[in-house]
Amino acid sequence: MTTLSIDHVSRWFGNVVAVNDITMTVGPGVTGLLGPNGAGKSTLINMMGGFLAPSTGTVTLDGQTVWRNEKVYRQIGIVPEREGMYDFLTGREFVVANAELHGLGAKAAQQALATVEMEYAQDRKIATYSKGMRQRVKMASALVHEPSLLLLDEPFNGMDPRQRMQLMDLLRRMGDEGRTVLFSSHILEEVEQLAWHIEVVVAGRHAASGDFRKIRRLMTDRPHRYLVRSSDDRALAAALIADPSTSGIEVDHGEGALRIQAVDFARFTSLLPRVAKEHGIRLLTVSPSDESLESVFSYLVAA
Amino acid sequence: MYDPTVARLTYRALLGRRRALILGALPLLLIAISVAVRVLAGADDQTAADILGGLALATMVPIIGVIAGTGAMGPEIDDGSVVYLLSKPIKRPTIIYTKLIVAIAVTMVFSAVPTLIAGFVLNGNGQQIAVAYTVAALVASIAYAALFLLLGTVSRHAVVFGLVYALVWEALFGSLVPGARTLSVQQWSLAVAQKVSGGDLVTSDVGLTTATVLLVVVTVLATWYAGQKLRTLTLAGEE
Ligand SMILES: Nc1ncnc2c1ncn2[C@@H]1O[C@H](COP(=O)(O)OP(=O)(O)OP(=O)(O)O)[C@@H](O)[C@H]1O
Ligand SMILES: [Mg+2]
Repeated sequence: MTTLSIDHVSRWFGNVVAVNDITMTVGPGVTGLLGPNGAGKSTLINMMGGFLAPSTGTVTLDGQTVWRNEKVYRQIGIVPEREGMYDFLTGREFVVANAELHGLGAKAAQQALATVEMEYAQDRKIATYSKGMRQRVKMASALVHEPSLLLLDEPFNGMDPRQRMQLMDLLRRMGDEGRTVLFSSHILEEVEQLAWHIEVVVAGRHAASGDFRKIRRLMTDRPHRYLVRSSDDRALAAALIADPSTSGIEVDHGEGALRIQAVDFARFTSLLPRVAKEHGIRLLTVSPSDESLESVFSYLVAA
Repeated sequence: MYDPTVARLTYRALLGRRRALILGALPLLLIAISVAVRVLAGADDQTAADILGGLALATMVPIIGVIAGTGAMGPEIDDGSVVYLLSKPIKRPTIIYTKLIVAIAVTMVFSAVPTLIAGFVLNGNGQQIAVAYTVAALVASIAYAALFLLLGTVSRHAVVFGLVYALVWEALFGSLVPGARTLSVQQWSLAVAQKVSGGDLVTSDVGLTTATVLLVVVTVLATWYAGQKLRTLTLAGEE
């Protein structure tokens, strides 16, 4: 049973805050790290894997510090996002080298290649592999020493649906065996299909945490506030309040705008333009007034 | 300290790419020039010393050193494949030390061996000139490999910096500005070569003791520092 603890971790690059005060615990089973491009997923995974020092905070694996501690790699397997991987080797040579670096032999390598079903192409140069094949060989190299923690950065990128399904099965199996598996993705469906637990990161912040039902519920149930200006605020307010997705409307005379609270986000976002059109009202401004969280949810819906 | 798997990966990377072409081309050029000079001008000790000193030791050895030294580490860091070494329970100094051994061996093979051949072609090792310069190339290989391995570990532009150092500092300043010569791997290795040849065709501006101390200090410090740098090497996302 391996637990990875991220405690008040931040990381900045010059002025860019890539990860902003994140605290989370990743335990056995499959965890999905979900976030849009540039959210800080890779930065976080690099810190989890000991390849990047947190600017503040600590990352520990069962109590051991990860940064500058090469002993932790006995327990960690890594599937990096980047493509660089000794293209001049064959798949088998690559996995054997990785096994040897763990003090293991060709037998462990062969087993890992069988696990990812890459034996059929193991004697071809990696340079000739498709993206999905590279991904699987990377996976084999991460599995040779049977790690208890597996970190994968965007593992499904560039895979066709069949390869994707195979890898999902494999990760699911590793989770069932009690290993701690964490993978990142910017696609909600992918994470929903596979992860038992989801951590959402948006703009460097830890935006939400829970199983996919909870994440979905957060997305739909939570009241959302909007500031709306239109050519006829009163008529618009009257038309909107008739629909159950709108839970409250307030006319803000100072701002010359409506403050609307919606309970069903998906429904409201399609209702608003439709109602405006039906009543011949022009919408001048529609802006979410709860910026940080709105961006999470609109992102979740868009994915 | 020495890891055979790291060594295998390193020399296959070094000898497998376009690098190998450059590594092979320079020595062939040196030997071709030596043959031409011998055929056209006959055997002459002074000429042999000039070519081995100016072309082999001042130009070819440092360039080979740059290619092998930076190539042993730099490309892996650039393309991110170093993560497969770093994600292993291996001490970082072991990785550097192993890569240093490979870089030294490759530099020696591609610089000292052709120097010896060229020397025998030029004047049949008269006045021990061929052997003296070969020893200089061997000694210089060690220091260059260590320096440029460090450069490849800390800089993304290691090859450019390395070539500037090799050509501007070692070849130009090293022969023109007296002060710079004290801080020149070439002069240190010449001090050792001078001792070997015993004649007055191979000379150095630096005393043998100073040269030996500086060679050892530079090699050890560069290797130690590269190990420290690798311990805290940061892998960030793809830009
Ligand atoms: N080495 C770096 N130097 C400067 N800024 C960086 C560096 N690495 C990451 N960043 C910045 O940090 C932020 C988070 O980047 P990161 O790569 O972690 O995001 P991500 O969630 O993995 O995105 P993607 O889905 O595109 O892979 C981005 O704004 C990025 O520009
Ligand atoms: Mg990323």
